[in-house]
Amino acid sequence: MADDGSGRVAPATLIHDSSKERRWSGAAPAAAIHGWLLLLPALALLALFTHFPAVATLIDSFYSTPRGARGSVFIGLDNYQTMVEDPVFWTSLVNSIWFALGTIPISIALAILMAAWVNDRIAGRTLVRMAYFTPTILPMIAVANIWLFFYTPQYGLLEQVLGAFGAPSHNWLGSRSTALLCVIVVAIWKEAGFFMIFYLAALQQIPPHLAEAAALEGASRWTFFRRVQFPLLMPTTLFVLVNAVIGAFRTVDHVIVMTRGGPDNATSLLLYHLYQVGFSFWDTGYAAAITAVLLAILAALAFGQYFFLERRVHYR
Amino acid sequence: MRRRAFIGGSAALAGGLAAAPAAAQGAVEVSFFYPVAVGGPITRIIDGLAADFEKENAGIKVKPIYAGTYQETIVKALTAHKSGTPPVTSVLLSSDMFTLIDEDAIVPFDELMKGPDDAAWIKSFYPAFMFNSQTGGRTWGIPFQRSTIVLYWNKELFKEAGLDPEKPPATWDEQVAMAAKLTKRDAGGNVSQWGIQVPSSGFPYWLFQGFTTQNGVDLMNQAGDATYFDAPEVVQALQYWVDLSRKHKVQPPGIIEWGTTPKDFFERKTAMMWTTTGNLTNVRSNAKFPFGVAMLPAGKRRGSPTGGGNFYVFKKSAPEQREAALKFIKWITTPERAAQWGIDTGYVAVRPDAWETPAMKKYVEGFPAAAVARDQLPHAVAELSTHENQRVTKALNDGLQAALTGTKSPEQAMKDAQAEAVRILRPYKK
Repeated sequence: MADDGSGRVAPATLIHDSSKERRWSGAAPAAAIHGWLLLLPALALLALFTHFPAVATLIDSFYSTPRGARGSVFIGLDNYQTMVEDPVFWTSLVNSIWFALGTIPISIALAILMAAWVNDRIAGRTLVRMAYFTPTILPMIAVANIWLFFYTPQYGLLEQVLGAFGAPSHNWLGSRSTALLCVIVVAIWKEAGFFMIFYLAALQQIPPHLAEAAALEGASRWTFFRRVQFPLLMPTTLFVLVNAVIGAFRTVDHVIVMTRGGPDNATSLLLYHLYQVGFSFWDTGYAAAITAVLLAILAALAFGQYFFLERRVHYR
Repeated sequence: MRRRAFIGGSAALAGGLAAAPAAAQGAVEVSFFYPVAVGGPITRIIDGLAADFEKENAGIKVKPIYAGTYQETIVKALTAHKSGTPPVTSVLLSSDMFTLIDEDAIVPFDELMKGPDDAAWIKSFYPAFMFNSQTGGRTWGIPFQRSTIVLYWNKELFKEAGLDPEKPPATWDEQVAMAAKLTKRDAGGNVSQWGIQVPSSGFPYWLFQGFTTQNGVDLMNQAGDATYFDAPEVVQALQYWVDLSRKHKVQPPGIIEWGTTPKDFFERKTAMMWTTTGNLTNVRSNAKFPFGVAMLPAGKRRGSPTGGGNFYVFKKSAPEQREAALKFIKWITTPERAAQWGIDTGYVAVRPDAWETPAMKKYVEGFPAAAVARDQLPHAVAELSTHENQRVTKALNDGLQAALTGTKSPEQAMKDAQAEAVRILRPYKK
């Protein structure tokens, strides 16, 4: 089963490099300076476009929004106070959490399933791989427009299929109860294929002799997956998980195209709310405060994942 | 050496950005941001207009820059304003007037105009379009691509339902009664054809303003610092809209998508729809059946809000640039050009004398539906526009969608929206 097929070169595993365990213990200072100089260009860009904006945002969040002649003044935690009292912020936060819980486990499970399948020697394997990956290549805006048609009441694809079975018509994106679910389905459809690529690469790194040994022992396919493949995929899972979490809090395009946060904020995700506050309401001070909270949430999640899951990950 | 050349190059670039107007032997450059919100080759038309203007006005260079949707255009224009180099002029939503004033981004036209000719020019536009262009006794915007809401109906389906295909509903009661006849249900209660669709996604406040105006009530004051969302007539208007779906069951339940409503109309899934006059050309080329265009039905009176874009002139520009911009705006809004722009796009030509031009007369003769929007203008009111406009309209939108999806009663929804609007507008009360 775990043969790597046509002998084509498997893509390199993307995340773990063992060098990060290495320490500079006795390196000469000259070498250290040399090293830092080599790092400098990347470091400068990182500082300019990542660290500086993050710190500036944090500082801005303590100042009021300048309006015309009125300049911005230090107002302490007022912007955060506004946030606590803003019902749309809380709705968006809860929606984002549901969105993350809805998309991440299912898209990862689907990704593993699809990868395991297209890793086998099946007829038309390249075609299937390509089919799974296609949603990832399409721009989100295009995807959202396609799905908008699927969900259209009465003559949309979903309605026509359900109608053939005699189900009553339903306004999928226009009801509070189903709108978020619809948005989640689109995100899963889009992301699963992308994650599949990582799993496929990782599966091809698993040496075939493990499969042969398992076969000799008479292990079932499920046991082999659970005891051998899945543990060996853990580094990939960690990587995919971190990406999926960040992605879940970062995707907003399909919300803009499909629902614009409606009906009545039922699909307003945190980043969409942030966009509205920043670029529709022009309340830049408050937008900075929301950004700071979003950054804190993402940082906490990423640290948490590395801290807790790292121990359960085997690096070969 | 290479390094020096690089520095010199970037200095020239920076200088070029800052002092663009002074370049090119005293030619004044007027940068001009515009959005595209309807179908058709808008970009080509605008480029053509700019080139024609330059031919007639040596010494002025108009640089049209396509900037996306209305929302994207205002984001770009205001960001540029904040960084110190805004466009000289831009077409932006008429309802963003207060936002632009509060950001201290634009100058009133009164400061640019000289003499009685210019004063007469301001008076040459339809008053309905000037409601959203003037406040505090000053004119901040010049109408350019403006629209109103109209009712489109499918004459074939009217005939099938035993209605007079030439007679659209004229009142609220007729609208409900006709829609009921036009709604087709099978034995199981599934609807294959709805009577009417009034879209409610994205910006439901605009269509709602049709209902409130017809019910004889305003949503805000002209100063833009007070709203009346919880007035009994407003709640009544919302109740009527909600009842179309809930009580009379002649309109699909839930939120109706703005973007797919014309398609629903083409597919005969709805016999009538409310949408912008800007869709006229779209409907004309895609409807495979005879259709009609009518003014919105009357409640206590007829009524529709206006919508669409105005020209604004930005403050952070040189006096000669502003002067050139004014010249360009006056040139592009002459009766002949306003008429041609209306014919090409479906927008309502913004001044009465444009409708008297030979080109427009010929167009209306061949396609009388084009004149419906004009005839509705005497009944039109200003689009909802206040200080903190987008935030206030969002409060109203959320309330409307809550009522339409059944989460809140119309009364509760409007009370909440009003409370939120009062909170947002408190700093602007004098």
